[in-house]
This record gives sequence, C-alpha cells and structure tokens, in this order.
Amino acid sequence: MTLTTKAETLRPVPYVLRDKWQETADTWSMALEPAEAWLQADRGEPGQFNMLWAFGVGESAISISGPTHGTGPLVHTIRACGNVTRKLCAMKAGEVVGLRGPYGKPWPIESLKGRDLIIMAGGIGLAPLRPVVYHILANREDFGRVSLLYGARRPEDILFANELSGWRGRMELDVLITVDAADSSWFGNVGTVTRLVRRNPFEVDGAAALVCGPEIMMQYSAQTLLDAGMNQDSIWVSMERNMKCGVGLCGHCQVGPEFVCKTGPVYPLERIANLLATREM
Amino acid sequence: MSHDVFKADSKLPDRLLVALREQGYTTIGPTARDGAIVLDEIHASADLPVGLREDQEAGHYRLQARRDEAVFGHTVGPQSWKRYLFPPNHRLWAAKRSGGSFEIKPQHEADHRLAFIGVRPCELAALEIQDRVFFGEEHVDPHYAALRTRAFIVTVNCAEAAPTCFCGSMGTGPRAEDGYDLALTEILGRGRHEFLVEVGSERGATLLEALELKPAGKDALEAARKKAAELAGSMTRRVETDGLAEALMANLEHPHWAKTAERCLACANCTMVCPTCFCSTVEDVADLSGDHDERWRRWDSCFNSQHSYVHGGNMRPTIRSRYRQWLTHKFAGWIDQFGTSGCVGCGRCITWCPAAIDLTEELAALRGAVTT
Repeated sequence: MTLTTKAETLRPVPYVLRDKWQETADTWSMALEPAEAWLQADRGEPGQFNMLWAFGVGESAISISGPTHGTGPLVHTIRACGNVTRKLCAMKAGEVVGLRGPYGKPWPIESLKGRDLIIMAGGIGLAPLRPVVYHILANREDFGRVSLLYGARRPEDILFANELSGWRGRMELDVLITVDAADSSWFGNVGTVTRLVRRNPFEVDGAAALVCGPEIMMQYSAQTLLDAGMNQDSIWVSMERNMKCGVGLCGHCQVGPEFVCKTGPVYPLERIANLLATREM
Repeated sequence: MSHDVFKADSKLPDRLLVALREQGYTTIGPTARDGAIVLDEIHASADLPVGLREDQEAGHYRLQARRDEAVFGHTVGPQSWKRYLFPPNHRLWAAKRSGGSFEIKPQHEADHRLAFIGVRPCELAALEIQDRVFFGEEHVDPHYAALRTRAFIVTVNCAEAAPTCFCGSMGTGPRAEDGYDLALTEILGRGRHEFLVEVGSERGATLLEALELKPAGKDALEAARKKAAELAGSMTRRVETDGLAEALMANLEHPHWAKTAERCLACANCTMVCPTCFCSTVEDVADLSGDHDERWRRWDSCFNSQHSYVHGGNMRPTIRSRYRQWLTHKFAGWIDQFGTSGCVGCGRCITWCPAAIDLTEELAALRGAVTT
C-alpha cells in the first residue's frame, strides 16, 4: 500500500520523531520516519515541502532539508517562530508528528546536469537548498563547478556550520560565507550575499543559479547575477508564502496568478521576476 | 437534449417544492428575514419573498413592497449558494490520540440532496466558476463534490435588474441558457401570473413529467429572450472586460490604488458576499484533555491582515495592497488560474460595501490614462 498523504485527503499521517538536534539558537532539525511499516513515504525531491502537524496546535509548511535519495529518515529544519513551529521544535524523540506531502515544484536538478551551478542562500533559505547539495555530492560527476554562496545575519546564525566546513574541506564545491554583522570572533566576509558573487568569479556561459532566502535577498541576488551576465532563464528562485492547504485551494499563498504551493515554490526567474519586483504582491 | 419549454400558472412554485421534497430533496430558496432576502430551507411558496423587491445601491440595501405578488421579484441578497457547497465553517476531520500516535477520522460526507430554488443566472455562472476551483486537477473537495453533483438547480431568469447589477457586461445574465435542471421565467402583468419553464436536464424533465404542464409556444421563448436582451442592454453599470486583465497587471502601481485604499476599510464584506471568492483558512480546535483535535475550515479573506502572514510579517501590510490583490485576482489572476473571470456581475460587493466602493468605477479608473 502506498502512502496517500497528498492531495486526495489533506489528512496527515503519523511520523515518529526519531532524532532532533539544535542547529542555531532558534532552529532545530528533525529526523522523521513513518510510524507504521506500511506507510511507504514519498521522500519528495529537493525544493519540495511537507505540511507538518503538531497535534492540537496546527500545521506549518516546512521544506525538506535532508537527502531525498536513499532510505534514511526524512529531515526537516525548522525555525521556532510561531505557535506551530515552536511546538514542533519542542517535541522530543519518540513523539509523533503528522505529515502530509510532499507538495510543490522542486528545483529542476535533472535539467541542470553538466552545468556549472551557483547556489545562493540567505538565512534559513539554506534548508531547502541543502537537498540539492546532497544530490550534487551523490552525483558529483553530473555537474560542473558548483559554488555555494551563503549569507547569514550573524556568525552564530550560520546554519549547518559544521557541514559547510566539511563541504569546503572536501573541495568538491566552493563554499563562501558572509555575515551581515560580525563580532570579534569572525574572520570571514562581512556584507550581503550579493558581494560573494563578485568574490567568486564564474563562467557565465552555461551556468545556472538556484536562489533561496528572504524576498529582498532573492531580488538583489537575481539582479547581481543578471548584471554578471546571466540570463533570466538560468536563474531559479524559491518563494515563501503563507500556506494552509498545499494544493492551491485555500488562496493564502497567491502572488499574482501563482499559487506558490502548487505552481511553486520554485520558479524560473523569468516567470516571477515582475511579481518579485512589485512591492506587497 | 431538446430544449423543452412549458407554461405554468402561479401554483408552480408550490407544486415544484412538493415534487422535489417527495423525491427527498431539501429545498433551499430565498426568503425575507431581518430586512434582507436570505437563503434558507423553504417549504412552500409562502416562504418566498412574495411581493417584495430590493432597493440596492452602493452601500445601500432595503426591502420594499412591490405592487404585484411576484415571488421572484427580487435580484440577489447578501448570501449566495456557495454557503451550502462551501460552508463558512466546515469540519474537515477529527483526530484523537491513540497509543502514542493518533488516528484521524475523516468527516462523514454529506449524503443529503439539496435543491436550490431561485438561482439567478449570475449565480449559476458563479457555481460553474466555483466548480473549477473545487473540482481541481490535484484536489477535489469532497464536501463540495458530494453536494454539487447531487444538487437540483432551479434557475430563475431575471425580469428586472438592480442598479448594482452588471451581468450584462460580464456575459453571465440576465438569462441562463444552460447549466440548470429547470429554468423559470416569472411573467406578471394585466392580471397574469405565470411561469415559463425550460428543461435543462434529464433530471429536470423527469421531475416535470409528474406536473403535466402544457407546452409553451415557440414565441414565448423568443419573447423571453428578447426581454432578457433588452434588460441586459438597460443595465447602467458595466465592466469593459476587453483587455482588462492586461490593463490591471500593467497598472499595479497606478495612483488610483492608493485613493481607493483611503476609502476601503478592509472589512472583508465584499469577499464574504462574493459568490466566487473561495479563500479559506484552517483552525485546529483541541479539547481541554488535549487528546482530541478537530480541523475546521473557515472562510477567510484576502482583506484580513493575517491572510498573507509569514514569519516576520505580513506580505500585504497595507490596504492598498490587499484591495489590489482582490481586484487583480478577481479580474486577472483568476483567468490564468481557472480560465475564467472571477466576477459574475452580481453587484453584491457594491451593495454591501460599507464605504460604497463600486468596483465598476474602480476598474474604469484603473484603466485611466495614468500609468506609472
């Protein structure tokens, strides 16, 4: 029997919280496994999200942040900032959460084979991009040069810090990190993530960029990439909106004609550029 | 299916109600209550708004006595049929904790049959628009689907238009040519009180058989069509739909949005009375034991500040952006999403706006020369 957590029912199914670990002061990662053996999870694809449910509190749309290949638990990274996410982050190993999904359009990884990739992330926006990195590392020969440009607010807000160092150490991808505000412990870059584009000269021809972060960060990142000579059709962004249903029914996630939960969250820049550039859409 | 047309006397509404109830339908129709024409279960023609009309203008609604005994002498009140197929509050499921995990019991889907009596052509168009939303490619709303496929639709063509009506320019009225089981046209004057009955489905034909009505002459249908065309042409409010979607999306920074925002209270009335608006939110309702949780779906509105809330703030913090979202969705986004405008020209949003904002005026102003 296949798990039917998708559009047909809108009813969550039980997943056991196998493990949970703190990433930063307000962010945790959770490893989830189906509570019952017959539930064969759809692991989703990089860029997709699940609706996670805390019993009695509510649901929140959370991107898959772990590997989508293989057989390990499903990993989600959650910032505790609302009722649902605070409750989810406070849960203990062994407790059960509800899950339905995966929803949304993934990053177009398969179509990017053979190309150089620029992965730009801001803050928690690194979480929906991490499955892309896992996919690349598992299929390294499929891709050209890969650069990960990451911006966080402060050094202590850097997500997956150990993993980032590990990736840098493996020399399989360029990892550049910057922070908006540094303290005396920080010896790295200071400033916006767009500056890293200039610090990391790349061959424009054939390159593709995947961008995820706050909307203003995505807007300026896209502009920087365009200024560097990239075309709109080589840039993808992942939008964030309020989501209640995940299937384009409740209306909350709309941006112009788009239901971000259904036609996004990942969009080719050319499709969303005008909406992204209009304030308060 | 042949377009059979019959003639009936003023007893038709009662006879229809009896026949539908005998077939097990719950009959829903317009009725006067609290100074407005609302929708509720009706049992007999006496429950209909006999001899009443509505006085409607922007921000204004009053019931008035008619000089005749028309039972469908009104147009549209504040409620629309969506409240039956897409209820304002609807439980989606109930869950209980069980052995460290949880069990979810799906909502028992409605198995009753509704008959909608007095669906105006614009409202019929609204039902067809909501069909496109709730019978989605990825998700079919089970409650909507269960009730909608079984619903018996008695359309009533309009003989009069309210000043707020603009179905003529939206192409949704004042006469329906299909999409119903039965369509009535009420004819009054010189002591006559009759109905023209048109058959739109097998279901409709079967129901009519028992009533043994006399066929109407071909000229009766022609006369009804002619009157409807005249009525459509007489509507003073209108929306120029040609190129409207493109014009709106090209004018997202038009200064007129800010002017409208000065008047708009973001009260959400327009979205509540709109027969096509479909936004909803969900709420988990837990009991004190913490062992039971119910998921309730409730109507929501893009005018509510929480509608676009993500961590850190609201994507549309200003009324300007919320009004723009509503109007551009209705007349532009809807077409991309569902292949149809989201507006049927019923005029409810004009009547029930406490600030008397008239979207036909807004749309005309937004197509104005100023483009920034």
